[in-house]
Amino acid sequence: MQPSPSPQLGSSRSNLAGWLYVSPLVLVLVPFFVAPILVVLTASFFATDGFGGLTPGFTPASYIEVLHSALTLKLYLATIKFTVLTWIFTLIIGFFVAYFLVFHVRNQLLAIGLFLLCTVPFWTSNIIRMISWIPLLGKEGLINQALLAMGVIHQPLEILLFSDLAVVIAYVHQLTIFMIVPIFNSMARIDKKLIEAAIDAGASRFDIMRLIVVPMSKSGIALGTIFVVSIVMGDFFVVKVMSGGGSASVVSAFYEDVGVLQYPTAAASAVLLTLVLVAIVSLILRTVDIRQEITQ
Amino acid sequence: MKSDRGDIELAGVCKSFDGVTNVVDGVNLRIDDGAYCCFIGPSGCGKTTILRMIAGHEDPTAGEIVIGGQNVVGLAPVQRRTAMMFQSYALFPHLTVRENIAFALRVRGQSKADRLRAADAMIEKVRLTQFADRLPAQLSGGQQQRVALARAAITEPRVLLLDEPLSALDEQLRVQMRQELRRMQQELGITFIHVTHTQLEAIALADLVVVMEQGKIKQAGAARDVYAHPHDRYVAEFMGGQNVLSGRVEKVNGASFTLAAPSGIEVPLQARPTINVGDQVDIAVRRDDVALVRPGRDLPPGYTTSLPGRVLAIEYQGYFVKVMLDTVPDDEFVAYVPEKTFFADPFTVGDVVMATWATGSALPLA
Repeated sequence: MQPSPSPQLGSSRSNLAGWLYVSPLVLVLVPFFVAPILVVLTASFFATDGFGGLTPGFTPASYIEVLHSALTLKLYLATIKFTVLTWIFTLIIGFFVAYFLVFHVRNQLLAIGLFLLCTVPFWTSNIIRMISWIPLLGKEGLINQALLAMGVIHQPLEILLFSDLAVVIAYVHQLTIFMIVPIFNSMARIDKKLIEAAIDAGASRFDIMRLIVVPMSKSGIALGTIFVVSIVMGDFFVVKVMSGGGSASVVSAFYEDVGVLQYPTAAASAVLLTLVLVAIVSLILRTVDIRQEITQ
Repeated sequence: MKSDRGDIELAGVCKSFDGVTNVVDGVNLRIDDGAYCCFIGPSGCGKTTILRMIAGHEDPTAGEIVIGGQNVVGLAPVQRRTAMMFQSYALFPHLTVRENIAFALRVRGQSKADRLRAADAMIEKVRLTQFADRLPAQLSGGQQQRVALARAAITEPRVLLLDEPLSALDEQLRVQMRQELRRMQQELGITFIHVTHTQLEAIALADLVVVMEQGKIKQAGAARDVYAHPHDRYVAEFMGGQNVLSGRVEKVNGASFTLAAPSGIEVPLQARPTINVGDQVDIAVRRDDVALVRPGRDLPPGYTTSLPGRVLAIEYQGYFVKVMLDTVPDDEFVAYVPEKTFFADPFTVGDVVMATWATGSALPLA
């Protein structure tokens, strides 16, 4: 390579090229992500007259109110419960679906076909997917009728629909694909020779999964976890619909705040949730090197 | 029946992946306990498939594989007491050198203290002590190869199978690692089966060289046998170092026969199905047995055959000079002339020379 005649000029030129490369993303992110966040952040420090009117200013009153409310802790606990349950089930299902697709389906065309099959539920809207649980889980639903007919139960189970169980079922149904994709991706990169080498060393199927496949899929698991956790923690719609209004989450609470024109407390709750999520995501990122997943 | 012997017998072993063509086609072979055996052949000749069948990673379509007197077809690698060293090593990238080497002991349920002690002893044996806590990606190719060897050897297998173990290394390292493989084999005293496509590697290492072509064994024997006495044209050309000529038999007289074209080569008769006048036969002459004489000069005593040719190219190889001639149309004819002999009276490209050799050094091929 030719030595650059003026390092100053060279670096500023490469700087310009760098900015050009990121400019499309910047053009999208600044107006649609950075600006709204700044608006919310600003609003969270405003005072309110209680009827939707905002007084510009800088007061931590909304934060104090949110943090002092006993409801906040309850909401976070409820949300974390949904998140953990959803995470566990999506992880187990997602891991084994990906494992099956990568290590047991020999025919690659078949594997791709089955993979596409996993995305079929996404060919329709979220709302329809949730509504479609009603004929299955409802009081007069298929499950209850079948159990009644078999004589297993004598009264329809109430817990199936409009309950926490229904919320978790809906989340798992919605989000398992977000686990399958990144785990599939990292598993597909495991050299099949490594599996053979493990068999050669005398490893059982369980040993191979425990000692080779799981550690080598770690980054995919972490990526899927980030997707699932941030979606569940940022959602209120599924909780609202599937619990029949019986359960609440952090987001549904500040959605209510917006409904009654309490913009600053809603904004403060949103900022708080964002901070919590950022903390969780950065904790997850500390355990694995995600860059390896993206750059390879 | 448990046996510590690592002698191997392949009886009528066939393998077909598609049910139509046999990748391995009726292979019979005996490998002695503690032998270093090299399978050699071009890619796709079935050598790696044979190795994988002995290792238990592939089942033969037909035939028996007997290790230490026991038919092992259908048994898992662990039950066969074989271990395989994979091409490009297949080291576990998320485990350190020590954990990689201790892996087989770990899945066999050995306690942590025991297996780490055993691994450390093995690490010392392959001289990697200072790298024990590194990940494979932090090692050089040669070091990775030693880890792979140690990982395979730690279970004290009776047969160690090596799939092109040196192909990922550069030339210099390859020669060095070759010696290390041989040293390890002698130290462990077990049977090594090594698949390669490099002739030099095979004859430098092996007690038993097996030359393969299209799923069949062409010749199996001691390295010197295969190199100096190839059975047929394929082996002679594949192993190299030979000029192969073909011609029609003109006359057969007692202890030798003479080829018509190219002009009157006299070849000693050997134990071979009868040769009749008019037969088309191949013969081989070692390149280092060929002497080059300027036209009109006397042939050395005992040299009866001489073929004229023009020098096409000259390559200096250090202790010898490789002289390529157009003696045989459409085929290579090469003489390896000792350096001192060559430079006493050097030829240049385009010179006409007579290629000659002692009658006894021509070898009829099957």
